[in-house]
Amino acid sequence: MTPAPPFTGRRRLHLAAALDQRSVYDAGEYLAAARLAERGALDFVTADDGLARPGPDALAVLSRVAPATRRIGLVPTVTTTHTEPFHVQAAVATLDWISRGRAGWRIEVSATEAEARLFGRRPAAPADALWREAGETADVAARLWDSWEDGAGTRDAATGRLVDRAKLHRVDFTGSAFSVRGPSVLPRPPQGHPVRLVDATARPARAVAARYADVVLVRTAHPAQAAEARAELRASAAAHGRNPDDLRVLAALDVDLGDGEYAAAPGHGGGGPRPTPRGPLYRGGPVDLAELITAWHREGTVDGFHLAPVEPRRDLERLVNGTVSLLQHRGLFRTFYPGSTLRDHLDLARPANQYAAVAQGAS
Amino acid sequence: MTGPKPGQPKPGHTTPGHPKPGHPTPRHTTPGRTRPMHLAAHLSAVDGTIVRTDTVRTDTVRTDPRSGSRSPSDFASFERLARTAERGLFDFLLLDEGLRLPEQRGRIRDPDVVGRPEPLTVLNALATVTDRLGLAATADATFHEPYELARRLATLDHLSGGRAAWHVRTSSDARTGENFRRGGHLDRADRYTRAAEFVAAARELWDSWTPDGTPRPFTHQGRHFDVAGEFTLPRCPQGHPVVVRAGDSEEGREFAASSADVLLSGRWAGGCPEAGRAFYADVKRRLAKYGRGPGDLKIMANAAVVLGDSAAEAHERAEEIRWQQVSPQTALLALERIWGVDLSGHDPDGPLPDIDPVPDPRLGPGRARHGDRVATAEKWRALARERGLSIRQTVFEAGARQSFVGTPESVAAELAESVARDAADGFVLVPHPAPGGLDEFVDRVVPLLQERGAFRTAYEGATLRAHLGLAEPVWKG
Repeated sequence: MTPAPPFTGRRRLHLAAALDQRSVYDAGEYLAAARLAERGALDFVTADDGLARPGPDALAVLSRVAPATRRIGLVPTVTTTHTEPFHVQAAVATLDWISRGRAGWRIEVSATEAEARLFGRRPAAPADALWREAGETADVAARLWDSWEDGAGTRDAATGRLVDRAKLHRVDFTGSAFSVRGPSVLPRPPQGHPVRLVDATARPARAVAARYADVVLVRTAHPAQAAEARAELRASAAAHGRNPDDLRVLAALDVDLGDGEYAAAPGHGGGGPRPTPRGPLYRGGPVDLAELITAWHREGTVDGFHLAPVEPRRDLERLVNGTVSLLQHRGLFRTFYPGSTLRDHLDLARPANQYAAVAQGAS
Repeated sequence: MTGPKPGQPKPGHTTPGHPKPGHPTPRHTTPGRTRPMHLAAHLSAVDGTIVRTDTVRTDTVRTDPRSGSRSPSDFASFERLARTAERGLFDFLLLDEGLRLPEQRGRIRDPDVVGRPEPLTVLNALATVTDRLGLAATADATFHEPYELARRLATLDHLSGGRAAWHVRTSSDARTGENFRRGGHLDRADRYTRAAEFVAAARELWDSWTPDGTPRPFTHQGRHFDVAGEFTLPRCPQGHPVVVRAGDSEEGREFAASSADVLLSGRWAGGCPEAGRAFYADVKRRLAKYGRGPGDLKIMANAAVVLGDSAAEAHERAEEIRWQQVSPQTALLALERIWGVDLSGHDPDGPLPDIDPVPDPRLGPGRARHGDRVATAEKWRALARERGLSIRQTVFEAGARQSFVGTPESVAAELAESVARDAADGFVLVPHPAPGGLDEFVDRVVPLLQERGAFRTAYEGATLRAHLGLAEPVWKG
């Protein structure tokens, strides 16, 4: 084990970046961006998706990225609204296998009538109902990941069996919109449960975030609001019987680093990120962004940041080589990956298997 | 380092030098000019026995297949197989899809389950570690929806530079339905009409952007699907991903003739070239009805190959492999599938049960019918009586044999001859738990095929359609 770097007295800072690029269908751009983010030792990259969103399937993009990277976490958005929970959990588990424990899943819903028409199976539904279904999908996914106990794939030469049937479990889940019998079709993922991420900015998403998410995004330009959201999420997680320290709350900002080293209108001190119709936007230089991150983190506002470059090619490079390297220089952010899985990067333990516990209790 | 790989085509790229629709492929071999053979590797279930990925080895050292500590889902197993297939200049690698674990009489069948990662996710990763190999994903038309699947297949085609294929499966199992929203089972006729409409809808989505990159709305209204909107990706590098269909039934043949690019045939499980020729002629004949030429559908036969330094050694190995596949537990399970009762108390090395098969209410439509099971049971009993066989020996004798067993020279000759005589356009190899696996075929048989002029010596194009000699589908705007 490598000793943890000296993050003196403060919680560890977590940083993530969005890889999204409009109208890019070629793998090369995504590979280059992910490698750049990995050079900055970021916790993870995200690829956003939506059924009606122009661009390739996000989980596929990050699967393509996986063999070209070694340590960085890979978190695609996969909607739970018109998709099959069984397929979704299998794809996320497979991403965890092929990346050797670096997969995450950003849970989203698809609320528009246009998205409903793409499937033609049911009409659009209100956000509350969709998030209830998303919570059920998050729940059933974890059950399916657990439906093969660790070590279920024995190789028992004496009996010729390849799996130990006693370590496979039905999930027999019935929710408001679907049911799944189980077990899954592949072994428990390397991380036990791939990391689940929810953007909890919108109210209806918050209960799912508090109950099932490992990483929660909060979009706000105001540190006080971010701190408040974090406190509320932690309290709500505790109410669900979770340890609030198992939750990482990241502030999500769009970043436009086109203005040189320092912002013309300083990003920090000059009001910080600005609210815009598309969400909070930080516009300024990489150094000022480092100042802002340092300040928010010092005050315990959030556990880290998820940053979405406005101009992907330019801003990601400035983010990694400017902002991140300055944070590393100050000893605020890791310079290498001490662990190998996304859970390692996030300081999250590998979860216990809910069925293994039941089996032990019963015997 | 990080840019697109050399040789990857841009969207809209067409491959020169390949037959256009309606342009007949030469049907008979003339000296010095052989119809090119196509080869694929299938990592899959064969007769319910899932091939263990950990035994697909790159070395030739014999190890116990059960001693490996690596999980079957580990990417390294897939990467090794894909690299081997690409080294052998194979047309494509085919992965299966898992929708539920195999069960028998309500219990998970444990001897042959190793788990199946989601194929499209694995293939996108394999696109990163290969340059030319075609990447074929199995996806069931009953348990997917056209928009979602068409989008994921188009994504694979874009991210791999035109190497995607879709193996269209149709299942109708009520138990599989228990894992999915639509639930229940679909009867035989419905699953074929659903699959046909699914493929048609997917093609409409793939055609929805103009070749010059303008998105246009699509609408599809049919018996099974009513969808509309805008597709999120431009036209694929291959136009459409290659559509693969397996099946020897009447419906399967007609489906393939009407809308597939590749038909996988199980005809040759028993290694009878005459049956292969009749099948080949029948399927190719059906193409004209759909305005297609004989070269527009490639027929690839399943091939289990066992090699040896001598014919005797190859046959010995083939027997050994089959004995491994028919373990005492597998033999009892095979019997239970026919008898429909718990036979776990029987001795695999003892005689067959003297009771008759029991109708199993849990076997819904689409499963083996009771009458068939009674007939099979009678046949097996007769075989056991005649030759004094135990349960395990009977299952061994009644089971399918490998189709190509012999020295590399004889197998290469047989494969080339089969293509030359219009019994197939190529073969899908199922690597079995044997020393060498696919490597042995690539190292020992492929060079002999190349010497005979029967197989390519380099990839000539960048896309799977180019490997298969298939034209890009005409854009239907």
